Amino acid sequence: MSASYALQQLINGISLGMIYGLIAVGYTMVYGIIGMINFAHGDIFMIGAFVSLIALLLLGAGAGLEGPAALLLALPFAMAITALHGWTVERIAYRPLRGSFRLAPLISAIGMSILLQNYVQVSQGARVKPIEPVLAGGIEIARFGEEVVTLSWIRITIVLTTLCALAALTWLVTRTPLGRAMRACEQDLKMAALLGIDTDRTISLTFVIGAALAAVAGAMYLLFYGVIDFFIGFVAGVKAFTAAVLGGIGSLPGAVLGGLLIGLIETAWQAYAPQHLTPYKDVAAFSILALTLIFLPTGLLGRAEVEKV
Amino acid sequence: MIQTRRQWLGAALIGAASGAFASGRARAQGAAGPIRIATVGPMTGQYASFGAQMRAGGEQAVTDINAAGGVLGRQLQLEIGDDACDPRQAVSVANQMAARRVPFVAGHFCSGSSIPASKVYAEEGILQISPASTNPRYTDEGSWNTFRVCGRDDQQGQVAGRYIAENFRGKRVAILHDNSAYGKGLADETRKAMNAAGMQEALYAAYTAGERDYNALVSRLRAANIEVIYIGGYHTEAGLILRQAKEQGMNVTLIGGDALVTQEFWQITGAAGEGTLMTFSSDPRRRPQAAEVVQRFRARNIDPEGYVLYTYAAIQIWADAVRKVGATDPRRVAQTLKSDGPWQSVLGPISFDQKGDVTVPDYVFYVWRNGSYAQI
Repeated sequence: MSASYALQQLINGISLGMIYGLIAVGYTMVYGIIGMINFAHGDIFMIGAFVSLIALLLLGAGAGLEGPAALLLALPFAMAITALHGWTVERIAYRPLRGSFRLAPLISAIGMSILLQNYVQVSQGARVKPIEPVLAGGIEIARFGEEVVTLSWIRITIVLTTLCALAALTWLVTRTPLGRAMRACEQDLKMAALLGIDTDRTISLTFVIGAALAAVAGAMYLLFYGVIDFFIGFVAGVKAFTAAVLGGIGSLPGAVLGGLLIGLIETAWQAYAPQHLTPYKDVAAFSILALTLIFLPTGLLGRAEVEKV
Repeated sequence: MIQTRRQWLGAALIGAASGAFASGRARAQGAAGPIRIATVGPMTGQYASFGAQMRAGGEQAVTDINAAGGVLGRQLQLEIGDDACDPRQAVSVANQMAARRVPFVAGHFCSGSSIPASKVYAEEGILQISPASTNPRYTDEGSWNTFRVCGRDDQQGQVAGRYIAENFRGKRVAILHDNSAYGKGLADETRKAMNAAGMQEALYAAYTAGERDYNALVSRLRAANIEVIYIGGYHTEAGLILRQAKEQGMNVTLIGGDALVTQEFWQITGAAGEGTLMTFSSDPRRRPQAAEVVQRFRARNIDPEGYVLYTYAAIQIWADAVRKVGATDPRRVAQTLKSDGPWQSVLGPISFDQKGDVTVPDYVFYVWRNGSYAQI
């Protein structure tokens, strides 16, 4: 297998991994701050994809806008609506249970996941929703004799958008008062409250930010694959959750690293495994996860600390 | 993993619903009142567009039969069942239909659903005519109750395999399948026929259905310089593989089976679908026997594409056989179906052999051009 093949597969793996990473950030942020796994996050991502689809179709039909211009308008819209969903889920399903026993919000999260899926299934229909390619074409980035490696615009968009979103998130967490409040809540929720931080508001905003990032991931997913349905959140959510655990749950760079690794492992398996074994890429990804957790129980970049759960 | 969770939910819901219905309805199928029959297919999930085709065909058939006075002086009433193309849910819906004492089911769609469901129907004494399940095992392993109005994958695969060997000789062909009863069956039959015609494939591989990212597979095909992809599988995955192949700059022709016969295929591929070939029976919409019914569908703003007319025909033929027997007794109807053909239907005259297969299947090639498909 040639160098161009390896490079092309590397590109495939990175774009898939970026999407996983973006979703994983939402899992890891919520875990870091309140120590719970938000199982509805995958479905928030699915909502993000649907809102993006609706926005793109409305812009196309209503204003005749297409291509990058439509995308620039649709993305903030999707982020806002999806963030609203994230906020609502936290407000009605998790906040009332905050003082309750540990498993209560977990069950409530699974309930929200089912509710969101059914809500979209009923309101949007059970059939797959396709969209015509929004950004077509690409550029040639390398040539090895006869073999050409191409990089499509949509992949470039995915990588750039993800990097921008993560840079914005890093700035927010490290440089702003809200970020400081979030870090304080992460270290000790009670102490942060005693020091005058509005912890409820901080937690709400964490959900809002996580959902907005999931909306970005949803939009990228929609553009990249062109087909969505009400069930996409489940698989993507499981993969992203795995990525967050692999990278060390609670760690932001860990989530992105984990996402990239899962994407790369899946791709590498399909690229180099014997032909009859290619459909078993999930086995490969989960085996690596299991091995990592045996030797590094806190994940790749996780901190060793006394577990709350 | 995806499958399991959806199934548990589905099974739980159906369990609850059928429990509520069964007690009230089991007794209702008496001498008077309407005769309750069913059509079962993927009404939800990623193959729901085919479920919608079956529902449209079934509803129109029942409406037309009732308008003409019903069967044996009784009206028909159509039950719709949803198996989501999932074998386990198919069995649970089959049991639900048995509890409602339907004598006849027009279904299911996916071979992987029809085969396990047929065992339940055989035990419960229910006649089954599938409008779409093409896997040979459905009737080969089937019992007295299994019929189909479509062809078989060994016939379909032969047509496809020979066509590839004749028209793409010397090209590098990849054969892919999704490991389903339908997909793998079709891919294997096509491969067999192609090899018999003296042509070898360059690559034979499986993919996971239900995924969205087939880029790694596509890059692999590209590295192997594949020029023709034959897919035994459904339109969602086939469409995505083609779309991602074109995106990576591959110049390939996709060839598929009858599961590509839905407008949704084109919605997924967009312009990338241009020139895609598929095997399907010669367009039933154009047959003279169908003209009047096609008009009725068009008047309701339904395009009777794909399996709409097949579902219609399944119910129409069953109703004729019941009239001939003079009772709905499924075993006697099954015997009459096999012995007393040909049956006049919207698909033209149809006769069944001893296994319940149609005696004259006709597979031809279709091509996708500019968002619609036409026979070539």
